[in-house]
Amino acid sequence: MLAGVCGGISQATGIDVTLVRIGFVLLSLGSGVGVLVYALAWLLLPLQGETTTIFSRAVTDRRGIRLVIAIIPALVVVQIVAAALHIGYLGSFSWPVFLAAGGAILIRRNASEAERVWINDDLMPMLHTGADRHTRRTLIVRVALGIVLGVGGLLVLMLGHPSSAALRPVGGALLVIAAIVVVFGPWWLSLVRDLISERQARAMAEERSQMAAHVHDSVLQTLALIQRSADDPQHVVRLARAQERELRSWLFEGRPPGTVGEEARTLAEGIGLIQRHIEADHGITVHVVVVGDCELTDGLRALLDASREAIVNAAKWSGAGQVSVYAEVERDAVMLYVRDRGQGFDPEAVPEDRQGIAQSIRARMTRFGGSVVIRSSVGEGAEVELSMPRRELVT
Amino acid sequence: MSELGRPRIFLVDDHAMFRSGVRAELGDAVDVIGEADDVASAIALVNERVPDVVLLDVHLPGGGGQAVLHGVMPHHPEVQFLALSVSDAPEDVIAVIRAGARGYVTKTISGEDLLRAVYRVGAGDAVFSPRLAGFVLDAFAGVAGGPEPPAGLDPELDQLSPREREVLRLIARGYTYKEVARDLTISPKTVESHVSAVLRKLQLSTRHELAKWANDRRLV
Repeated sequence: MLAGVCGGISQATGIDVTLVRIGFVLLSLGSGVGVLVYALAWLLLPLQGETTTIFSRAVTDRRGIRLVIAIIPALVVVQIVAAALHIGYLGSFSWPVFLAAGGAILIRRNASEAERVWINDDLMPMLHTGADRHTRRTLIVRVALGIVLGVGGLLVLMLGHPSSAALRPVGGALLVIAAIVVVFGPWWLSLVRDLISERQARAMAEERSQMAAHVHDSVLQTLALIQRSADDPQHVVRLARAQERELRSWLFEGRPPGTVGEEARTLAEGIGLIQRHIEADHGITVHVVVVGDCELTDGLRALLDASREAIVNAAKWSGAGQVSVYAEVERDAVMLYVRDRGQGFDPEAVPEDRQGIAQSIRARMTRFGGSVVIRSSVGEGAEVELSMPRRELVT
Repeated sequence: MSELGRPRIFLVDDHAMFRSGVRAELGDAVDVIGEADDVASAIALVNERVPDVVLLDVHLPGGGGQAVLHGVMPHHPEVQFLALSVSDAPEDVIAVIRAGARGYVTKTISGEDLLRAVYRVGAGDAVFSPRLAGFVLDAFAGVAGGPEPPAGLDPELDQLSPREREVLRLIARGYTYKEVARDLTISPKTVESHVSAVLRKLQLSTRHELAKWANDRRLV
């Protein structure tokens, strides 16, 4: 009838359900044991069609357990107050209240769907406000509770015991405050809740209008450009890639479009900037993969400059449509690879002008203690390996 | 695979334009047996038709690509998934891989490369794009010098071997499997097995750092 325990037992044992129910009622009337057994059975026996019980779920419900632990400070405070005021009954009373509250939290969180509906609809309204049919009843309960507490507090205030005369008024005042909280608390809470939700709504509206502005400034403009240059596929691809990157950096890195030109502070940002500039200026695709990130040092800025040279080199000479850049931040050094699948060259027999560029890459790197390795052969593409120590961070 | 040797493909993406684009690019080399544009219909249709390979969008309304994996893998573990996305967000990609996808490629991949990836995934191999290799290195970074993993966990699962690291680095640098094999003077099959091992570790590892890495990126 209540949680289906009797039905379950009769199903499992074959005894008529009415008999089981009568048995429970008799046990309950006799000593109260029946109620206890019934509650335990509800917690420990799985519902029909389920394999877990409320108890087994509660044991693994970390959030629920944390919530229960969070009540402990309140219990401690009550204990301390009770001890200080010599109100023994308050101290011994708070333990069962705490256990009941903890149990209620865990049961409510781990009850099955149907049971939760029952708890929410029939039990919870007694505890808080709500504009439903229970409002009147809960109001009466609350006011009654408030009156009891208030009267209790006033009694304590007036009938001060001589042994702790100085402390009694404090206890009384606490009870009166508790009474006020019980009566007016839910109303305050609902006020605060309204205020918060109103503020959230306003923030969301603002964010939406900001997003509309961004989308207009970047995406719509680019789409218009793409329509105008529909007969130049290269240009369209470039526009689309630039837009894609910009949107991505906005969506995933929180950097609004339009501010990409600002000076980079970290390695990944720096490589991103180089990628954008080279793709825009040279019409090639630069694939970038960065593992880890770190603040830029002088050495690492030199590494970025050198990598820019290497990528531009590949764009100008290799004939490949795309260049892969891979950078990895290690504990002591940053490694950066620039690779293309273009025509390649023989590093032993590089033409004079390219030798100069290789030198400028090499000179940049060696000045800060870095090194360069160039691997290439005709028809195989080329790879430039740059390595720069992170000495500034190590010392 | 079907007896013709043409893998039976299922497309899951919420953009009709992208689906038709992939259809056109893959052409006759594959047999596209269905499409879906959200999680619920994808789970239902994939479980019903049991394709060889599912091309799965990472960002899918109704729970994302990983929800589809959770809905299909228990019933049809033989179905292989290849994740696709335009997104760079590493945590999403890693989540889909951990949920069981055999690989990840970006949507800007060429039709030819996509076809190769589909065949590879269909054969049960792993497909690591440079980007995924980078994400995985990132996720496993800082383990080498880190503290010992807690007892009870298989420490082998919690870090990449030096060889696996080397392979991933080369893939991240834009090398094909064949080029990786040549560079390390191992056979392409060995490269495959290293990559599959990495995939397995990624899916099975309960390593603290991996969880923390995901957490730092607000992935639960």
